Amino acid sequence: MKRMAAAGETDYAVFSSLLEDNAEDLYENAPCGYLSTLLDGRIAKVNNTLLNWLGYSRDELVGRRSFSDLLNVGGKLYYETHLAPLLSMQGEVGGVALELRAADGTRLPVLITSAVKTDDAGEPILIRTTIFDARDRRAYERELLRAREEGDRERARLQDLVVTLQRSLLPPVLPVVPNLDAAAHYYAASPEELGGDFYDLFPLSGNSWGLFLGDVCGKGARAAALTSLIRYTLRTAAVYDGDPGTVLLTLNTALHEQYLRDDRSFCTVIFGVLSSDGDGFTVTLARGGHAAPLLMRADGTADYLPMPLGPLIGAWADVVFTTVTIRLNPGDTLLLFTDGLTEARAATTDPSGRYGDEALRAFVRELAPTTAAAAVTAIIALLDSLGDGRQDDTAVLAVGATAPGPTRKP
Amino acid sequence: MGDIRIGGRNNVLLTGRADKPVMMLANGFGCDQNMWRLVTPALAEDFRIVLFDHVGSGQAEPSAWQPERYATLDGYVEDILRICHSLELNDVVFVGHSVSAMMGVLAAIAEPERFRQLILIGPSPRYIDDAAYRGGFSKSDIDELLESLDSNYLGWSAAMAPVIMGNPDRPELGQELTNSFCRTDPQAARVFARTTFLSDNRADLARVMVPTLILQCSSDVIAPLEVGAYVHAQIPASTLVTLSATGHCPHLSAPAATIAAIRSFAVDDGP
Repeated sequence: MKRMAAAGETDYAVFSSLLEDNAEDLYENAPCGYLSTLLDGRIAKVNNTLLNWLGYSRDELVGRRSFSDLLNVGGKLYYETHLAPLLSMQGEVGGVALELRAADGTRLPVLITSAVKTDDAGEPILIRTTIFDARDRRAYERELLRAREEGDRERARLQDLVVTLQRSLLPPVLPVVPNLDAAAHYYAASPEELGGDFYDLFPLSGNSWGLFLGDVCGKGARAAALTSLIRYTLRTAAVYDGDPGTVLLTLNTALHEQYLRDDRSFCTVIFGVLSSDGDGFTVTLARGGHAAPLLMRADGTADYLPMPLGPLIGAWADVVFTTVTIRLNPGDTLLLFTDGLTEARAATTDPSGRYGDEALRAFVRELAPTTAAAAVTAIIALLDSLGDGRQDDTAVLAVGATAPGPTRKP
Repeated sequence: MGDIRIGGRNNVLLTGRADKPVMMLANGFGCDQNMWRLVTPALAEDFRIVLFDHVGSGQAEPSAWQPERYATLDGYVEDILRICHSLELNDVVFVGHSVSAMMGVLAAIAEPERFRQLILIGPSPRYIDDAAYRGGFSKSDIDELLESLDSNYLGWSAAMAPVIMGNPDRPELGQELTNSFCRTDPQAARVFARTTFLSDNRADLARVMVPTLILQCSSDVIAPLEVGAYVHAQIPASTLVTLSATGHCPHLSAPAATIAAIRSFAVDDGP
């Protein structure tokens, strides 16, 4: 042997003869469809594979039909509004899902990739398109699409449920109390999760009203169930004995039983009774583990109301609550809030990086004297200004004594 | 002749000559202002060119998208007039392709004094057949189009969102910009498709008092010859020119003929 081919060359020749020695056959019977179209869309060349898929003879397509004739009307619109412009602008477009219409009217889902072939001068002369059978893939994609649509529907349902449930745990409107200005706001941190903040203002007997505001541990369905228990316990207990300390004791008993059974059901709450007395209200308050309310006086002074913190409600069996009594004179406003407000992340002087008690005190000092409605409006604006810093639900409830209206003539 | 990128809500770009008459180019449903790239270099010699993207497509401000506002052409028309007002554009030659042709019609009816001429490329006042009127499509055809849109989010994915939002911090995403000229938020595309293909502006055509050129393609599935003839018959001061071009985008498939027709109407016949 005079010529001894290198091992690599021998392998190449062997493989070539074994595999694809015929480019024509590779084109015609490739495992994908090939289609060449002129710039006006007319089909210039098509391979056997595609003809077999579609059930057309070569003569029926070449020179007679255009590529868009093979598409359904929606596909044609899509081709004209997206594919043709993209081919003109970037010379190729890939991975587009279309449906081809076979001779017998059936539809073949395909994925196509097209590229513009240019002549030596760079002028486009034809468009080459490769077509893949995408029946399985499209069926799978439809499943994904269906799953996503179902997910969207479920999410909408969940949000609807959360909003409805949350509303059911808050008074739809505050009752009208003579000479009392009352306003409240609830900020839900998540549209998909039930919050654990709550408040209420409700009539007791004759000329007295109960009010409370609090925060249960946790979130979600369990927090909602607990909130429901707390609301009804507070309302019922207040009817039997109007002393806020006694009301909180009753709540503590109910929650502590749950706490022992369920592990860690507790809450913080501030409870008060408003009694109308002439031109203002006597307010008796007790709290259990909750932030002290802010009292904004008619003379423009404002501060946290000094009162004992009281124990977290539900965590211990033997507890004592101390009440304080103040008078709400005309023009005075009392603001109850949950710690979603003071715990919001904000750039204040508070070293914790939270909005903080000091910032809130300074904020209400600017507000005073004010009304309940104006105070709540200002707090809503403050919450908005904290933007993404609001990480937890926030409830605020404000009550203020108004100057008595003109006496009605009998 | 430097370009001025004004950006904003509609990603406005000024090009051409500041001392020349204003020509505003509005692309139709599907892609963005890049659609004009083959005709703007020539037109830039004779006009102050104003390009923009409709809200919901291209690089318009994503947060400006509101499904209710863009459920009728009026929302888009307001945007066009807003651009005219804020840039103090007057004597505008408005070139509208496809559905944007009807936006031009509505804008010229609202403020006829602001527009010198309308040039409507492949206009259709109604795509769906109605009694004797032949628009070329049925309601179910439009549903098929929506299906095509659902299965093709050209260049759109969550990973692309930072680029679309104009976030330059991730240059590696620049490599994936293929198909970006026709990239649209899928939800916005659905609404725009419905707005486009379910619109009916036949009654508005007779109210156009601005000199109008209709550029019709000789073979266009979306705006067939008879629709172009209908538009011509309805708009009082209109001229119809049929370009020998296949498809719906002569400014891409036959740019030289398109430029010649626009110039002949807006430069030679202009004041």
